[in-house]
Amino acid sequence: MTDKTVIVVHSGDMDKLYSALIIGNGALAMGMDVSMYFTFWGLQRLKKGGLEKGPLSKMHMLGLGKWMIKKRMKQANVASLERLMNDYKELGGKILACEMTMEIMGVKADELRSEWIDEYGAVGSYINEARDAQITLFI
Amino acid sequence: MAEIEIDTRGETCPVPLVECRKALRKAESGDEVTIIGTHPASKKEIPMACKALGLEIVDIKEDDKEWKIKIRK
Repeated sequence: MTDKTVIVVHSGDMDKLYSALIIGNGALAMGMDVSMYFTFWGLQRLKKGGLEKGPLSKMHMLGLGKWMIKKRMKQANVASLERLMNDYKELGGKILACEMTMEIMGVKADELRSEWIDEYGAVGSYINEARDAQITLFI
Repeated sequence: MAEIEIDTRGETCPVPLVECRKALRKAESGDEVTIIGTHPASKKEIPMACKALGLEIVDIKEDDKEWKIKIRK
């Protein structure tokens, strides 16, 4: 059976979403199966137009810090989150959306980028994915 | 047998690794995929990925500006 990585994306912070998608893409590139479970603030990033909207986890400074980091990222030619997500899907990465978060935060299925989402589920879905995974992370 | 060339010069983590994997997925068995890049860590990591995928590295070339890795699927 193919080795697997499972990542819980709890944070909606831009920098943490970068970490999650870079690790997800890296694991796919190195031949692993990958599932990412989006919950709480992370799920907000799956909303239409929401992917790049997250604040910086530190030194956000009302957006100034994020603006500076984005500028530096552009100079270093870092891929956008949209591109990383498209690569992730192209390489067969799976996305799970947390139904409880949708209920608590009043997020409707048609507000989300449904073309990315493979499954809607709860904790059982995460455990089922993670129980035979070699790497599991909570970001 | 086809020869495929992927240019990732100027791209940074994780793009060279990801583009390499995308090309390898599309390639047919026996095809040779050459990936060119400038990102230093990817020069080490692409061979690591090939090992994990059970693919053969045919050739690695490097000068002070860029590296070139040829992989057989």
